[in-house]
Amino acid sequence: MKAPPFAYAKPRALAEALELLARPGAQALAGGQSLIPSLNMRLSSPELLVDITGLAELKGIGLEQGVVRIGALVTHAEIERADVVKQHLPLLAAAVPHIAHPAIRNRGTIGGSLALADPAAEYPACALALDATIVIEGAKGKREVKAEKFFKGLFETDLKPGELLTAVEFKAQMKDERSAFLELARRRGDYATVGLAAFAANGAKRLAYFGAGDRPLLATHAAKAGDLEAAKAALAQDLRPPADLYHSSATKLHLARVLLERAWNTL
Amino acid sequence: MGRAELPLHAPGTQLDKGYIGQRVPRPNAQRLLQGRGAYTDDLRFPRLAHVAFFRSPHAHAKIRRLDFSKALKAPGVIGVFDGRAVAEVCTPWVAVLAHLKGIKSPPQHAIAIERACWQGEAVAAAVAESRSQAEDAVALIEADWEPLPAVIDMDEALAGKTVIHPELGDNICFRRELDTGGVDDAFAKADVVVEETYGFGRHTGVCNEGRALLADYNAAEHSLTVYHATQAPHMMQDIFSRHLGIPEANVRVITKDVGGSFGIKVHVYPDEMATAALSVMLRRPVKFVADRLESFLSDIHAREHRTKVRLACSKAGEILAFELDDLTPIGPYSVYPRTSGIEGNQVVNLTGGPYRHQQYRAKMHVVFTNKNVTCQYRAVGHPIAVALTEAIVDLAAAKLGMDPAEFRRKNLIPDDAYPYTFPSGLKFEQLSHHQALDKLLALMDYKALRAEQAALRKRKVYRGIGLAAMIEVTNPSPAFYGVGGARISAQDGATLRLEPTGMVTVMCSVTEQGQGTEAIFAQIAASAVGVSLDKVRVITGDTGVTPYGGGTWASRGAGIGGEAVLLAGRALRANMIDLAAAILKADKAELDVRDNAVVHKLTQEQKLPLAELGRVGYFRPDTLPADFQAELTVTRHYTPRQYGFTFTNGIQASLVEVDPDTGLVKLLRHWCVEDCGTLINPMLVDEQIRGGVVQGIGAALFEECLYDENGQLLNGNMADYLVPMAGEMPDIVCAHLETPTRQSQLGAKGVGEAGTAGAPGAVMNAINDALAPLGARVTAMPFTPERILRALGRVA
Amino acid sequence: MEHAVEATITVNGTEVRRRIEPRQHLVDFLREELGLTGSHLGCEHGVCGACTVRVDGAIVRGCLMLAVQADGCKVETIEGLSDSGELAKLQQAFHARNALQCGFCTPAMLLTARDLQLRNPKAGREQIREHLSGNYCRCTGYQAIVDAVEEVLHGKG
Repeated sequence: MKAPPFAYAKPRALAEALELLARPGAQALAGGQSLIPSLNMRLSSPELLVDITGLAELKGIGLEQGVVRIGALVTHAEIERADVVKQHLPLLAAAVPHIAHPAIRNRGTIGGSLALADPAAEYPACALALDATIVIEGAKGKREVKAEKFFKGLFETDLKPGELLTAVEFKAQMKDERSAFLELARRRGDYATVGLAAFAANGAKRLAYFGAGDRPLLATHAAKAGDLEAAKAALAQDLRPPADLYHSSATKLHLARVLLERAWNTL
Repeated sequence: MGRAELPLHAPGTQLDKGYIGQRVPRPNAQRLLQGRGAYTDDLRFPRLAHVAFFRSPHAHAKIRRLDFSKALKAPGVIGVFDGRAVAEVCTPWVAVLAHLKGIKSPPQHAIAIERACWQGEAVAAAVAESRSQAEDAVALIEADWEPLPAVIDMDEALAGKTVIHPELGDNICFRRELDTGGVDDAFAKADVVVEETYGFGRHTGVCNEGRALLADYNAAEHSLTVYHATQAPHMMQDIFSRHLGIPEANVRVITKDVGGSFGIKVHVYPDEMATAALSVMLRRPVKFVADRLESFLSDIHAREHRTKVRLACSKAGEILAFELDDLTPIGPYSVYPRTSGIEGNQVVNLTGGPYRHQQYRAKMHVVFTNKNVTCQYRAVGHPIAVALTEAIVDLAAAKLGMDPAEFRRKNLIPDDAYPYTFPSGLKFEQLSHHQALDKLLALMDYKALRAEQAALRKRKVYRGIGLAAMIEVTNPSPAFYGVGGARISAQDGATLRLEPTGMVTVMCSVTEQGQGTEAIFAQIAASAVGVSLDKVRVITGDTGVTPYGGGTWASRGAGIGGEAVLLAGRALRANMIDLAAAILKADKAELDVRDNAVVHKLTQEQKLPLAELGRVGYFRPDTLPADFQAELTVTRHYTPRQYGFTFTNGIQASLVEVDPDTGLVKLLRHWCVEDCGTLINPMLVDEQIRGGVVQGIGAALFEECLYDENGQLLNGNMADYLVPMAGEMPDIVCAHLETPTRQSQLGAKGVGEAGTAGAPGAVMNAINDALAPLGARVTAMPFTPERILRALGRVA
Repeated sequence: MEHAVEATITVNGTEVRRRIEPRQHLVDFLREELGLTGSHLGCEHGVCGACTVRVDGAIVRGCLMLAVQADGCKVETIEGLSDSGELAKLQQAFHARNALQCGFCTPAMLLTARDLQLRNPKAGREQIREHLSGNYCRCTGYQAIVDAVEEVLHGKG
């Protein structure tokens, strides 16, 4: 399981990185916790890896005017330890310990996780639940995309070739707002069988499921239901989870209902 | 025949077992703790070449064309070879044994020729200066395939509409029937008959260290040295010799540190044979290490069974008969040299093992499929035999409204009934089922757990308690393999040498894979000779150094290797006393060896330090009588002869909590009471049991090699194939009984596989006990949330 | 070495400068180039944890980091951490409790346990299991390892 050959560059500035990423066969390398396994398994064969971990402008967590901005290169471990996250983004704080294991969290980045958009990953669902804004930079400049528009399909995001996800912005959670994070997995640290990142504000709920579709999905019908039983019934309209190696579609939907039940009263 | 004889020192002195029975930390663990072990992949050689294999993507296909032209031009490539090229150097093998009547299998080559029979079978090899370059070359090999119909489903294999090897006539590798007679009568007159069909998922060993072999052929000498992560170096020496045409004594197999084995590394693998052949062909060292993806595709799989079981008992709860119909699909070849018929054979032999019924009928078929090959994996057929026995026993107990422990108590073979012959023909020397049951129930506070269970049920918390009684095959005699014609040695030998400075070197033919073989041999040697533990060094795993023997398998290391060490140790001590008597001009009957010195046997007064004994014996024999020769190196061998297998017994319990909403099972605690005869190092025994239990838990809850209908392995990586990790495992309480075997002086039986043998059954029974109030039952392992939710009717 | 890149890595306190093929991961570099074979490869896709090393004070999967990415970094392996004595108490406890059998996962277990000791020295049994939950062991069943770590953290017998 040795990776195929590729070239390597480590730009020192964003402009340089974007220029390198515009080359054919170029791919961004950050934490590498998902990319390098796929290289070792010879599932992908890039010509050039552009190591973006030297780009200072992609690091750092800041709170400004009620918005928490997390740089794409911030690692899961940094998020786990950040007071800003614990105080202002409890949903994210609850999600982080579920991501893999400590050694992976020391290298894996939030930008990498969002850009990969694994349907069973934690952050994309959190971003969806919190209506986060994804910040993207490309040759044509900077643009922002709401999470709802960013995750488009199986491992498919709104990132165009040559673009880089540089940050993600979350509104800080207010006192009267509630969040709940629940994940079912057979073993600690595994990708979720099914998970729910939920957020309630101003009487409205955002129920973002992961592991229940080709991308994180908002259960909009269930969120509008008046009571729990109606919400559980409505979930069938929101989710048609594909079966995985171990769980049928029906089981996934059932488990999604179980999570809804467990989260309901905390919202 | 010898009898279990400890203490080791003469009567009249203080009872002294030396180090035997002590929880001594392993001396050879220090290097492993510092990352200074030497696993096969750690070795460095001049001109070392690396091989990577081109493996069939099809479950069954003719190889129409292989084109190596691009591969040969890749950087660092030394050669690219197909099956025909390797066949010129390595002869094929057929994995059948005479005592498995009717077993059949076609010849298998080191690299497949003309046809690939499972996804992952090697059909070409690329050798290069580095593994990366070898893999680059493999990626450039072009192949044309003609896919053939693949036989995947076990029933289809049995029906034989498509026959994988037409020359064999059908897909049946081996079948067996056993009938004591009187079975139909027993079922007819029974008050209660229960019947259930169990499924066991195919799974595999997942050793942390991949299979590894470094072959070094010396063309000048026509000699081959193979550094091989194997459990049986002498067996491999014989096989390399015969199949590569190199005289036996010119082949040396050296086993360095092994990163876990569990039976996976005791078999002959075609890609490993190919690696050795390539070294001969290229006249330079060649290394192969199976990476994780190819491990899943090509390490032996095991334990895929579907078994229908019936049990007949009286309304008083007395078991009258067992009946069994077992079907197990293996790969397209029986695996060499132990055959793939043994696992099913054991299911037939061992089902119902702890109980005293007399009537038994069994039918078993082993069928070829186009999935990966299967063979013996830790505990072999025991996990299946124990699980289905203990599950059907629980079912009968439930039908009678009887507590499962009580039901077992009524039926376990009494502790004074030995020697005992079991309906399948097994002979038990002496077991302790009832003592074990008593000890277990006390250890786990069974009554309190039942009371707690009842209370929690009222609050809709569903806990379950599962028991699994078991017998286990250990210390096998030649009856296991030798009688069938296999050149697998059931005896082992130990050479003990007193060094001039008074240290003792032990060379033994049993091998170490982490269980602590070298530690217990040091303990036995130190005790038998009379030196302190720090004076002993143990060498294993080198056919050029140790006596000839069988190696590690079937839980035989302590009982057989240990006995050889004990016998050699006693003989060495006797020789040392002879020398001491000559030096001291004393009567040898008054001398003993103790604490690194020759002492007066009765007064314990120190007479001569061993360093002095060694100095005179080796460097100053001129000071001794002319007709005296010191013999300070002694070799002894041992073969268990009286019993075909030395059976042990044990009983396990699992406490679980099942979440009926999610189908997730939480393992709260696990217990094991085990009787493996004389305990040499209880700490090592405990850890072997615990490791074995967790492996069994893996089979019960997590592990399954999933194939689709085309024979494609769907989960052959560690993210998708789930192994037990620390977060989900319970604490495991171990307790012991000691019923020594009288076949040896040491009295040790085996224990390495006991944990794995009983854990799946205990967990299955616990889950079903938890689900009982909800009217649900599960019978197919692994017990995934999907299966539990379906059984509960929560999912349609 | 078509795409080789020069990197300077401090390994166990010694500065090492090499031209490295980008595709070579850190543990292969340590094992093949520097002969530091104490870090092991069990899966090469980041799941088993046997490849755990310490980079700039943080434990990482050495198989999921390109060696060239360690340029300018401080890498510590089991050999260095053994020689410095940093792992001595853990090693002693592992030894006394037989918290290892084949030893293949052991260097990684020790580094991960040490990481826990530094970050959460009051960790209880459940937390110990959680922190070790990404390290695969097939031999021990984990309990002795948890016991050993618990003893070092809390001095329990």
